Amino acid sequence: MKLVIRCAAVLAALSAGHASAQATAEAVAKKGFVQCGVNVGLAGFSQPDSQGVWKGIDVDLCRAVAAAVLGDASKVRYTPLTAQQRFTALQSGEVDILSRNTTWTLSRDTSLGLNFAGVNYYDGQGFMVPAKRKVKSAKQLNGATVCVQPGTTTELNLADYFRTHKMKFKPVVIEKLEEVLNAYFTGRCDVYTTDVSGLVAVRASRAPKPAEHVILPEVISKEPLGPAVRHGDDRWFDIVKWSLYAMIEAEELGLSSKNIEQQAGSANPAVQRFVGATGDLGKMLGLDNRWAVHIIKQVGNYAESFDANLKPLGFERGINKLWTQGGLMYAPPIR
Amino acid sequence: MKKGWLYQAALLAALGLVFWVFASNTAQNLEVRRIASGFGFLSREAGFEIGETAFLAYSAADSYARALAVGLANTLWVAALGVVLATLLGLAVGLARLSPNWLLARLAAAYVETLRNVPLLVQLFFWYAIISEGLPPPAEALQPLPGVFLSNRGVFFPLPGDAPALTGFNFAGGAALSPEFAALLTGLATYTAAFIAEIVRAGIESVPRGQREAARSLGLRHADEVRCVVLPQALRLAVPPLTSQYLNLAKNSSLAVAIGYPDFVSIANTTMNQTGQAIEGVALIMAVFLTISLSISAFMNWYNRRVALRGLRR
Repeated sequence: MKLVIRCAAVLAALSAGHASAQATAEAVAKKGFVQCGVNVGLAGFSQPDSQGVWKGIDVDLCRAVAAAVLGDASKVRYTPLTAQQRFTALQSGEVDILSRNTTWTLSRDTSLGLNFAGVNYYDGQGFMVPAKRKVKSAKQLNGATVCVQPGTTTELNLADYFRTHKMKFKPVVIEKLEEVLNAYFTGRCDVYTTDVSGLVAVRASRAPKPAEHVILPEVISKEPLGPAVRHGDDRWFDIVKWSLYAMIEAEELGLSSKNIEQQAGSANPAVQRFVGATGDLGKMLGLDNRWAVHIIKQVGNYAESFDANLKPLGFERGINKLWTQGGLMYAPPIR
Repeated sequence: MKKGWLYQAALLAALGLVFWVFASNTAQNLEVRRIASGFGFLSREAGFEIGETAFLAYSAADSYARALAVGLANTLWVAALGVVLATLLGLAVGLARLSPNWLLARLAAAYVETLRNVPLLVQLFFWYAIISEGLPPPAEALQPLPGVFLSNRGVFFPLPGDAPALTGFNFAGGAALSPEFAALLTGLATYTAAFIAEIVRAGIESVPRGQREAARSLGLRHADEVRCVVLPQALRLAVPPLTSQYLNLAKNSSLAVAIGYPDFVSIANTTMNQTGQAIEGVALIMAVFLTISLSISAFMNWYNRRVALRGLRR
């Protein structure tokens, strides 16, 4: 699978003309759906439910873009991608958006030819250990064997942390999530490391007995997770960026999927602009003027997405609260 | 004759043009998408750790080139040991299959049919599961011999003046065989041995009956007949097909990536992801495996010429 994607990337790079770089929005309108690269299965972020319907906050971002561009949040097709496949899939044009709990870093933003459209979850890397090991702090992990997935910032932060604290460790690097978790749960490794959100999700949804695993207090990195698009298509970049901001702004304005129709007649000028009753913000994006209504009505605001997908797994809003409540979620003015 | 050359030259020119178009188009597309290209990344700091290193010292502060060299050494190490073990095991099973002992022959046949008809990847997962789930954690390690510890972290052997001891999470000291390495080596050796056994059997059965009858009429015992008369002739026949099994083993070692052994492909994959330079990475993987395979081929051809009967046409 990985090789297939790599070969596809190489072939696409070989054959594609460069006209394609400019026209993702037109291509999406023409084919009638958004092709979205998501995680192969991370509870709360992107995972198919028992009916095979994809759910999660990363999935909601894809649905928001489909609602904004096509007026229908269900017009999304999903491509599950491993950490290793994700960038090539985006670069080669196989997916229109990469919404796959991906950390925004300088080198990815530049040398990988990506543009990060914002942050839909502020995360950080942590460690999970079996409770019976009686480990209280990551500083006690000298000599531990650590299970980790390849091709992520996780692998680099891990090496940095142990170097900084002059400790040794042995990595066991396995690509498939099932295999790496199996290695941890069967005791091949002492520690499993990934973003804290991933640890919480894995503990809640994959651990045979969730209570037997503890997440250590140290958060060893900044992991702003967000959607990414290809370099060189500014219009598509704008659409994805403002679709995300619309969800955050709606929470701040108190607009939700339940009340947006009633609120459309509100006297608040910010709401009037948001729903497209005044001004032509939608047209500036090259979209229907009710683009934001489609998003909020069909997908919901950021809080609704968070509560539906992450809260049931035991996630706290924490630093992902709105800036007005002491968090980091902040949308630039929609005007 | 002249016309023939002209066609050949035209074909070559056309091929060259196709490659040139592909190469320049790729370069242009990478440029347009602002994707970095070139091999400059090789000297940059890798920043990730590698679980086990055969022969070469490595730390996260070393360069990508060094990390890839470690991966290459790991690949060569498992492939070399795999070839030796597969040959020995294959020879034994091949002989057993021809044994007059009914039970032994049937067991050998069952071995061959099972091992070569189950995909290698499945077998690797099987061996890895046996080791990581079947063995106890380090604190309850088995001790089959004094100083030798068997746990789900691998096998630990004592070295002179350096005995393994349990410290904190794991054993330290001595020499160690990781579960990933053990699973990969076992999988490669047992799988390839099934094919080698058949090659050995074919080689032996192709030795003319007259040779065996002559050996027996000279009064040689069965063991001597096999060792002195049959095998020298049979193994000579087995060399060319053995070459392709050795090539397969070396190439199959790249399945290591599935069970977490840091072979060349695994390190190259990580490098590609950290740097985003997939085209360079794939080119490196191709170059490395081509070099390994051509080297094995060249060696086996040299060996074949050496053992072949001079002047004998088959």
